[in-house]
Amino acid sequence: MNRFGSKIMALAILLGSASPLLAEEELQIRNCTFCHGVSGQGFMVSPRIAGQRPQYIENQLNAFIGHIRDNPYSKKYMWNAAANVSPERVHALAGYFSSLEPRPANDGSQELAAAGRQIFEEGIPTRNVVACIVCHAPNAEGVRQIPRLGGLSYLYVKRQLNQWNEGYRQAAQPMPRVAKFLSPDEIEALASFLSFVDNRSPQALQAPQP
Amino acid sequence: MRVVAFILGLQAAAAAFAVGGTSYAGPAGIEAKFDYCQTCHGPSAQGFRGYYTMPRLAGQQPQYIMNQLHAFMAGRRHMPIMQRVVTGLTPDMIAPLAQRLNRLNPPPYVSGGLGSASVGRSIFESGIPEANIPACVVCHAPSATGHNQIPRLAGQLPWYLAKTLANWERERHTETSAIMAPIARNLSPAQVSAIAAYVSTLR
Repeated sequence: MNRFGSKIMALAILLGSASPLLAEEELQIRNCTFCHGVSGQGFMVSPRIAGQRPQYIENQLNAFIGHIRDNPYSKKYMWNAAANVSPERVHALAGYFSSLEPRPANDGSQELAAAGRQIFEEGIPTRNVVACIVCHAPNAEGVRQIPRLGGLSYLYVKRQLNQWNEGYRQAAQPMPRVAKFLSPDEIEALASFLSFVDNRSPQALQAPQP
Repeated sequence: MRVVAFILGLQAAAAAFAVGGTSYAGPAGIEAKFDYCQTCHGPSAQGFRGYYTMPRLAGQQPQYIMNQLHAFMAGRRHMPIMQRVVTGLTPDMIAPLAQRLNRLNPPPYVSGGLGSASVGRSIFESGIPEANIPACVVCHAPSATGHNQIPRLAGQLPWYLAKTLANWERERHTETSAIMAPIARNLSPAQVSAIAAYVSTLR
């Protein structure tokens, strides 16, 4: 191989090995991780976005840009944060964060986890509460545009379910309909259970179709 | 105060009872139960694709819906999610729910997908004589609207039809499926996808 060829080769290897870093810098992921945590695992009121379904992340970013997702923290933080993100960048950010490993928040109450699991898997037919698994999948791993709930923080899940009952995020059907049949105790139990669900196994990451 | 609340409660109960014996209000009333159906099957019962696919119930033959709900209640159709759901229903709710679902007429959830709609149309209209597959149109009617206990397939979600045919003998008791069990067995996955694609486009 001539010297020019080997230089091109070396350049190609260098670019190839450096590309993930370049991509991260280009994406300016620090704008996201500043609130959502360094590896997207969530922090305080900011939900975990690591391992979230890419179609869901894209839909949410577009809903912030279009002022459709209207709960108070979305309005306060995400409407501005997403305002100037281009469609290409929305797509790339969704791809990036969905590829990170989702770690469970483990911040719920252990005593309520069993009750929460039963609601998640079976619903409460006498009170018109549907089983969450029919959409969110057996390990709460989500599928396509339906979000992964496994390991999301107790605080975040509880707040979302309450906010549907307070009249926010009404475009996110069928969730407003689901939430209105849940009592405060049932919301506590579901949010607790989900915070402990560990989705780091390969099958939970893939969500195969039944 | 308590006495007043008790009397108001009695009046509410009496008012609910007055509407033909079926309670229409409250979490156990038929309005809430219809809402419960809509949560998964969609606001106009057009169906929904979650992790599992919830079938379209809009425009479905009332007799078919009633038969299925009774089959879930009696354990003749094995489907854990719906078998749990029906524990929240009383038998007198089944007919009114079926009538209401039958009156809905939204456009199909999706049109096509999965397989070749033109191949599906040919199987639907002419069957596959060499594989012992009769023409679907004979029972399910020319525009796939069904008739009495035979279900409407028009506008059905293709993933639901594919799952139903694949699971036929596991999910349905043999006595109700003497006709469909051999058909489901003899169709190839590609043929099932083709039929599913075709009927999903029908209105």
